[in-house]
Amino acid sequence: MSSTNATEPALIEFSEVIKTYGKGTSEFQALKGVNFVIHEGEFVAIMGPSGSGKSTVMNTLGCLDTPTAGHYLFQGVHVESLNRDQRALLRRNYLGFVFQGFNLLARTTAIENVELPLLYRGMKRHERQTAARKALQLVGLEEWENHSPGELSGGQQQRVAIARALVTNPKVLLADEPTGNLDTARSQEIMELLSRLNRDLNITILMVTHEAEMAAYANRLIHFVDGLVEQDAYQEPKS
Amino acid sequence: MIWNAFLLAIREIRRNLMRSILTMLGIIIGVAAVITMVTLGNGATAKVTAEISSLGSNLLMVRPGQRMGPGRDSSGAKSFSLEDAEAIRNGVASIVAVAPTASASVTAVFGNDNWSTTITGTNNDYFQTGNWSFAEGRQFSETELKSGKPVCVIGKTISKELFNNEDALGEKIRLGSFSCEVVGLLQSKGQSMMGSDQDDTIIMPIKTVQRRLTGNQDVRMIRISVKPDIDTDVVNRAITMLLRDRRHLSDNEKSDFSVMDTQEITNTLTGTTRVMTMLLGAVAAVSLIVGGIGIMNIMLVSVTERTREIGIRMAIGALEREVLWQFLVEAIVLSSLGGIIGIILALSASYFGSMLMGVPLIIDYAIVTLAFVFSAMVGVVFGYFPARNAARLNPIDALRHE
Repeated sequence: MSSTNATEPALIEFSEVIKTYGKGTSEFQALKGVNFVIHEGEFVAIMGPSGSGKSTVMNTLGCLDTPTAGHYLFQGVHVESLNRDQRALLRRNYLGFVFQGFNLLARTTAIENVELPLLYRGMKRHERQTAARKALQLVGLEEWENHSPGELSGGQQQRVAIARALVTNPKVLLADEPTGNLDTARSQEIMELLSRLNRDLNITILMVTHEAEMAAYANRLIHFVDGLVEQDAYQEPKS
Repeated sequence: MIWNAFLLAIREIRRNLMRSILTMLGIIIGVAAVITMVTLGNGATAKVTAEISSLGSNLLMVRPGQRMGPGRDSSGAKSFSLEDAEAIRNGVASIVAVAPTASASVTAVFGNDNWSTTITGTNNDYFQTGNWSFAEGRQFSETELKSGKPVCVIGKTISKELFNNEDALGEKIRLGSFSCEVVGLLQSKGQSMMGSDQDDTIIMPIKTVQRRLTGNQDVRMIRISVKPDIDTDVVNRAITMLLRDRRHLSDNEKSDFSVMDTQEITNTLTGTTRVMTMLLGAVAAVSLIVGGIGIMNIMLVSVTERTREIGIRMAIGALEREVLWQFLVEAIVLSSLGGIIGIILALSASYFGSMLMGVPLIIDYAIVTLAFVFSAMVGVVFGYFPARNAARLNPIDALRHE
């Protein structure tokens, strides 16, 4: 497997990452010294019971939150030393987010939702639309570009959200329980889409899930318990 | 980046069209009210000025006692005499007419009709100083003036009330103990700027009034017409000096009479309407501020309501200042758009309002510009606080917000 090649630079590196919330007696350590290295092209599923720290890991990976101690290197850059704006730029240029609740803008058409990240890049209207259409094609929704989220099914909404995450050609796609609000059939569609994107476009995917069935699509499984990595193993992905 | 924020703001306004219109309503009403009030106020001022200048713009009025208006006390001041008027006519340059007047209130009777009115005793110069012209008949003759004959010239209202607009020349009106013959009828002048009926008047030789009605030799007012293009101030000073001398006032005594210039009346009246305009404008400005608070209110609610959306934008990579700009520009676009709609509304309201009130339409572009700039400023001031709240949100909390 290419990801085990030692000469290839690590995309993401966590070393002794600690995250504490609160102060004094109410202090709570969500991460207690987490270590892992993720290489380009991996499809990682992060599992664990609630309260195990998997959401905190996700927020930290997404540069929405910073570690209290330890190092987080993204392509060799120390994220913990970046300020708010620098982290925002990192998200803008390298990361794509998919949420459990889809988080699309209401009363806004699918194509406008997908265009949104490009608007922040100051891209021209024509280029924006071309890129947004291409992303919608990737998720198979080119016919639905003028529909607003209210007119789309849950599965379709999640695919619009994936298109929005993909439109900027991110290095990493962060998916937080992407199938949490969907039925089994829709969930499988979404998982197949994600694994296809991982295979065909070589996009690194980090996904939090609590369903083993969904985690089976990944080629690596990291299991969290009590703020620590309990198990970290590669697996043959289901397809 | 600002252009981007502008694009985002326009999208946002389109997305919530109804709410946006309601938000703008306060600003629309505020701007429209300010501009309409000021425009109509300016029109009213112009109308008053025009009315006064029709009355004769180089007219001086000399009265015993100080100043007109509330608190006037002329009872202690000595009246003028006909000799004073003659002295002014002979001693002051650049004068074209001098009309001493004495007046009395009477009930005029003709046949079965009677009518309460004011009689003014004066000379033929009076018609010139008041811009009166004759519809019928003639002025007083020298003999009538000198010997105080019972003859009179009547205004349109008298003709209507006593004679039913029928021929009055040669008829005799009964005034208490004596009768007087109508020798002339004046052209109608309509209402004065103070709202009184200028045509409700009977004019007689001053000696007749003094002898038969007031019973003394007093002259209550002297009206003086100054040649056009002459500075009334110079004439005013000359008259004051002459009268002070005739009334034996020493240098440290105040004048016990006043000379009023129509220019001065114009200034007083336009000053009054201007103050009214400013007051109305100020009240309207308050509504503009209330409109601004409405914008802040909606923007604050909108920030809370859109917390999750702000979280999404931040996750996607929006910078803090981009979120700030988006909300700020949204507020500014809303308030400026409200300002523009308000201006359009105000211009049409002023157009119809001025037609209705019969005043000229005078649009003060400075006020229009000011109202627009102010409405945009309202957006900046009242939009900043909510925008800053939005920009300071923590993305994780914002995303979790329900």
